[in-house]
Amino acid sequence: MSAPTLTTVWTASLHRELTLIWRSPADIVQPLFFFVVVVTLFPLALSPKPALLALVAPGAVWVAALLAVMLSLDGLFRRDQESGALDLLLTAPGVSVVPVTAKLLAHWLLTGLPLALIAPLLGYMLQLPVAVLDTLMVSVLLGTPTLTVVGAIGAALTVGLNRGGILLAVLVLPLYVPVLVFGAGVVRTALDGLPTGGLLAVLGAILALAVSLGPVAVALGLRISAGD
Amino acid sequence: MAIMWKTLKRWYHQLGSPRYFYRFCEAVLPWLVPVALAVLAVGLVWGLLYAPVERYQGNSYRIIYIHVPASSGALMGYIAMGVAGLVALVWRMKMAEVMLKALAPFGAALAAVSLLTGALWGKPTWGTYWQWDARMTSMLILLFLYLGIMALQNAIRDPRQAARAAALLAVVGVINVVIVKYSVEWLNTLHQGATLKVVGESSIDPSMKWPLLISMAGLWLLYAANVLIRARTEVLNRERRSGWVRRLVRDGEA
Amino acid sequence: MFDPYFDSVAAFIAMGDHGFFVWSAYGLSALLIAANMLLAVRRQGRVRAEIARQARRDAVKVSPKSVETNQ
Repeated sequence: MSAPTLTTVWTASLHRELTLIWRSPADIVQPLFFFVVVVTLFPLALSPKPALLALVAPGAVWVAALLAVMLSLDGLFRRDQESGALDLLLTAPGVSVVPVTAKLLAHWLLTGLPLALIAPLLGYMLQLPVAVLDTLMVSVLLGTPTLTVVGAIGAALTVGLNRGGILLAVLVLPLYVPVLVFGAGVVRTALDGLPTGGLLAVLGAILALAVSLGPVAVALGLRISAGD
Repeated sequence: MAIMWKTLKRWYHQLGSPRYFYRFCEAVLPWLVPVALAVLAVGLVWGLLYAPVERYQGNSYRIIYIHVPASSGALMGYIAMGVAGLVALVWRMKMAEVMLKALAPFGAALAAVSLLTGALWGKPTWGTYWQWDARMTSMLILLFLYLGIMALQNAIRDPRQAARAAALLAVVGVINVVIVKYSVEWLNTLHQGATLKVVGESSIDPSMKWPLLISMAGLWLLYAANVLIRARTEVLNRERRSGWVRRLVRDGEA
Repeated sequence: MFDPYFDSVAAFIAMGDHGFFVWSAYGLSALLIAANMLLAVRRQGRVRAEIARQARRDAVKVSPKSVETNQ
């Protein structure tokens, strides 16, 4: 029997990862719930005045989405590490980048993408003008894959450590800063009525960089944590 | 030229051996520390006492003679960690792993020094201790990156795994440092009120330039000494079971 | 270039009424840097002491055995 082709590995991995997450609905619902709750905190903590909320809204929605993604990544590799599936992944013949990328894509499809889809609703609740809501959604759409990949690097390095969750936050939040600045920034630029094309391109460029190099780093991180 | 290249290659291979590196430290440190302190003292005394005053800021500008060396040192240190990390990951060189651990603490201290001196410089000059301008924000993020690397190394028990994990984080972090700088600069262009910040940027008077360069050289030499001390300790720690360490201890030299 | 900018020691310390800021800055910097160097040296001492102690323990472990075989 010949060795499986890359495409076969890819399809099988993607199918496996999607099924695993789908079977555990909490993994999908909890980040969404967290997102909504945190956004709700801002008008309570700051002020319900519409003018002020609209100013704060881009940043508030973005910070909440960023934290939701980060928290969801904490357990990304834990289940597989405990079941031994991670070791199989790393020692299987062929490139480990493919199943890793499949895992990241599955995670984003069921975590980051939903966040992007309900972001406009939350933006509206924070008194953002309707005209800006599509920019908000696109920015979160472009940003969350980068956040997923970069966060996964941190998750790979901290899998199996005590208090790995806090350590993950310490490692990953500084790395999230550029995406946050540009992501929230493009929405604020739209609020001011200025053209957003350039900033969206920057977000896209960061995304391209993350998606091309990131999975390699994640796979390497997993190898290091396995004691390679 | 070819001879210089060959000598550099020889040094690179020799310093890659922990035992040779130990002897290198023993030879270099006794004079490196006094020289570093002396150079730093010359630069600082010159800048504090002899250099002329800055026209618009008054004497508070003299903080520059410690602020700029610390900022540049912190940045260079992190880049060096990125390089060491790359070497550690690609070539699995033990000494690169040692360097990664040795470079972090003093670099973090310099980042903290940069933030503190920057704040104390800012208050008399621009009226506030803290501003979210490009430089201070980038330096704060750099401090967090340093602390993150140190936290990661402390959390992993096996020293080789800890070093390799830190190596990957350092390489990712260096890429991030570049992008953060651009992002925060962009952020600040939105706020037109940001005053033109720096004394030392475009054209600095030679009577101020020389004490600045000398202070920078002195502080960087001190950083190098700190790195060698920490690297030497780490080498002893890692190689404690090997023959040459046991002999050193037995002969009372270590 | 070789005369000091300041006319007196008092003027030097005052730094044109920015003295607090300049000297706090240098003082804190000196503190952080010196503390870092000292901590590095202390860790070095600790590691060396640890290795020496372990070497003594290994030496002690060896001698009782050789005493036994001599008998």
